[in-house]
Amino acid sequence: MGLLDYFRSSRPKGSANVAKERLQILVAHDRTQRGRPSYLPKLQQEILEVIRKYVEVDMNAVSVKYEQEDSHEVLELNIVLPDTAQGRI
Amino acid sequence: MARIIVITSGKGGVGKTTTSAALAMGLAQRGHRTVVIDFDVGLRNLDLIMGCERRVVYDFVNVINQEANLNQALIRDKRCDNLYVLPASQTRDKDALTKEGVGRVLEELAHGYDFIVCDSPAGIEHGATMAMYYADDAVVVTNPEVSSVRDSDRMLGILSSKSRRAESNDEPIREFLLLTRYDPARVEKGEMLSVGDVQEILSLNLLGVIPESKSVLTASNSGVPVVLDRESDAGKAYADTVARYLGDEVPHRFLQVEKKGFLKRFFRG
Repeated sequence: MGLLDYFRSSRPKGSANVAKERLQILVAHDRTQRGRPSYLPKLQQEILEVIRKYVEVDMNAVSVKYEQEDSHEVLELNIVLPDTAQGRI
Repeated sequence: MARIIVITSGKGGVGKTTTSAALAMGLAQRGHRTVVIDFDVGLRNLDLIMGCERRVVYDFVNVINQEANLNQALIRDKRCDNLYVLPASQTRDKDALTKEGVGRVLEELAHGYDFIVCDSPAGIEHGATMAMYYADDAVVVTNPEVSSVRDSDRMLGILSSKSRRAESNDEPIREFLLLTRYDPARVEKGEMLSVGDVQEILSLNLLGVIPESKSVLTASNSGVPVVLDRESDAGKAYADTVARYLGDEVPHRFLQVEKKGFLKRFFRG
């Protein structure tokens, strides 16, 4: 630390804070993925294919949520159908 | 029965082998019969760090394949009678480590030793998963740097799902954080993640903090585990780490910048 730095009291916000924030988000996301059955992406894909046989829906119309609680697991499927009947084939 | 400790990290170059050598030597010096095994088949280096590279005759894979027995392959450390090294093979590939073979060797060692230290290779492939599979305790070596922290977290997920203890629903592996290459001056300037930051992100029990130190390279240059360098900060920090692992209450050192004198500070120390 030089003489000039000594009087410059307000130090710039270091990059460590940025690192911490990025890691917290990343680790939180990674941990939700952990312990999920490995078949989930394929399950989601196949459900989507079945639905698209009958209804014209978006590629992201099916969401699969998997949660683990103490004694049981919850698999939640959410399918968004189009508003109007026009989408129907 | 021996306790099996895996030294792991996911990321390479963070200090797994340095830590394995230091921890094994530290445990042995405290009177525990200890063996340290190199799981990095194809890229063996523990023998170099331990300074016994010219005494390797048989290796871990020879023992697994029953081409040699354990006593032929184990290298007794010249500085400490309680310490033995089991080197990795330099010529085979990592698939030479089978789950049954590794289990059989560890089982045999467990009767004659107090601690078995497994030096894991980097990555999350076969060699690394074999090193951690039978572990009772895991020391996750982490640098205060984003990629290392992320890989450590990934490794924690693997420890809790793919180990023998996880598969047989036993009590889970005890996991410890060892932060290495820590630079308190940079932490103070806000340039480096602090111990608190890393602990908060990984929520792990802190076993030790090893400061960035020139003595680590000096030690590896000469094949002496750094814990034997009692003058150096890193050596002292490793000795503390060993004591803490054995249950002693030792405060963490080297977390703050050493105070400089006024004159040194004035003339940019």
